[in-house]
Amino acid sequence: MSPLLEVRNLSVAYGAIEAVRDISFSVEEGQIVSLIGANGAGKTTTLRTISGLLRPTRGEVLFRGRPIHRQAAHEILASGIAHCPEGRRLFGRMTVEENLQLGAYVRNDTGIEADMQRVYELFPVLGERRQNKAGLFSGGEQQMLAIGRAMMSKPKLLMLDEPSMGLSPIMTQRIFDTIKELQADGTTILLVEQNALAALALSDRGYVIDLGSTTLEGPGLDLLADQRVRAAYLGEG
Amino acid sequence: MTTLLQQLVYGLILGGTVGLIALGYTMVYGIVQLINFAHGEIFMVGAFGALATFTWVIPEGVKGTWYITLPLMVIAGAVVSMVIALIIERLAYKPLRNAPRLAPLITALGVSVALKEAVRIWYPGATAPLPFPKEFLTGSIELGSILIPKTGLLIIVVAVVLTVLLQVYINTSRMGRAMRATAQDPDTARLMGINPDRTIVLTFAIGAVLAGVAGVLYGVHINNISIDIGFQNGIFAFTAAVLGGIGSIRGAVIGGFVIGLVKTIAGQYFPGGTQYDYVWIFVVLIAVLVFRPQGLFGETERVRA
Ligand SMILES: Nc1ncnc2c1ncn2[C@@H]1O[C@H](COP(=O)(O)OP(=O)(O)OP(=O)(O)O)[C@@H](O)[C@H]1O
Ligand SMILES: [Mg+2]
Repeated sequence: MSPLLEVRNLSVAYGAIEAVRDISFSVEEGQIVSLIGANGAGKTTTLRTISGLLRPTRGEVLFRGRPIHRQAAHEILASGIAHCPEGRRLFGRMTVEENLQLGAYVRNDTGIEADMQRVYELFPVLGERRQNKAGLFSGGEQQMLAIGRAMMSKPKLLMLDEPSMGLSPIMTQRIFDTIKELQADGTTILLVEQNALAALALSDRGYVIDLGSTTLEGPGLDLLADQRVRAAYLGEG
Repeated sequence: MTTLLQQLVYGLILGGTVGLIALGYTMVYGIVQLINFAHGEIFMVGAFGALATFTWVIPEGVKGTWYITLPLMVIAGAVVSMVIALIIERLAYKPLRNAPRLAPLITALGVSVALKEAVRIWYPGATAPLPFPKEFLTGSIELGSILIPKTGLLIIVVAVVLTVLLQVYINTSRMGRAMRATAQDPDTARLMGINPDRTIVLTFAIGAVLAGVAGVLYGVHINNISIDIGFQNGIFAFTAAVLGGIGSIRGAVIGGFVIGLVKTIAGQYFPGGTQYDYVWIFVVLIAVLVFRPQGLFGETERVRA
């Protein structure tokens, strides 16, 4: 069986600057896969290309075996890939509820309300203040809403770009627990994290991106044990 | 006192027209950051579309029956305005979606000249002002000593009702949410599965329908139209949108009423009279912008990445 998502020899440039160079990796259905790498390694660029906001200069992205790298972003979401972007990117002048409704924009089934309740159960602060403007929430609360919003489209593949950014250790743990739960519910996860230790511990597979290319790959726990990873990303050695 | 009240009535009538046009400026700016200078001409073609319908489509026998004629003309004006606006969006603006801002702006100016000239050349008799039918809705309502023309009252009521409906639509409907999301953060809106082309087309369409309706009601009220009405009212409407805070629905309409009132009051009471009423509109605009650069109801900051 082909992987759920396959990125093959992907290169992406901003004008003359090549931000991603010949990256390849794949995500099997049901797995949690992490991309780790230093600042500016090209992780965000990779996710933005998968979700259709950027066009690759070379290479391809296959989702369920079909090329998607020429599709529009809204079509890619509709086909089952949700992207919780770096820096949250909430609609700050809209309420919590409206942000969640926008997450479910492409759905027209009857389960939307129940899924919204699920987000409120997961993050009670959102439920209590569902009529408040998203822009008024704290950074951590906004991150919860961003994740909740991405869940609302019921994606096959959920891409999270630094979901623990700006969160307290307790909230970070809560987010990682949530990611595990989502996996148990059948959602496949592609995770980008600065917090390499926590991310790899959680992941079925990890890829290290360095200066735009994939340099190391392996099961999450193996990468955690790798001397080079420990030296570069866990501040050891 | 009577004169003042009477002028206030005229101010509100002008304000209703200007406000309806201003909605299109403000909505389009909100979603694509384009000052659509051709929008005044969309108002003008709406009026001409309705006149053409009256002249050549509506049968003689029912021309005098206002409750048939007027709705038909309003619908015709709205449709003509919308179709032309969508053609312009598709052919002139969409290819420039990612171009530097100046390109679509200059294009809009060119489109506005082209539209005006097209009507001048192809609409029979449009080289001079044309009479606009009025027989079916005449007379005034007397309120004490002041007179409210029925056509004027219609403009005010329609402007207020359409603005309220638009607000409700944008604030509560799914497409309204999509429009707001696209205006706030286009990339993230796409990540929600929103097709930006569709929301942009819808925005242009709504703005054009409102301008077309305004054009028809303006014609019915003033009783003649010319190819110049778009420029003049378009400038007022653009000013109203900036005054109210560009991007704000309620600001555009309130800005429209403010401009209507300033123009009529200044024309009556200020030195220079109607010769200088334009000047006072811009004096008010500048005075407001000095203290509130974002306009009366504008957002203080536009968070855009
Ligand atoms: N809009 C842009 N225009 C030009 N260059 C960009 C743009 N966005 C990112 N870059 C460059 O592309 C490279 C990769 O950036 P990217 O944001 O993908 O890195 P990242 O791995 O997500 O980093 P971080 O961990 O800091 O989020 C960097 O060198 C960055 O400066
Ligand atoms: Mg990043």
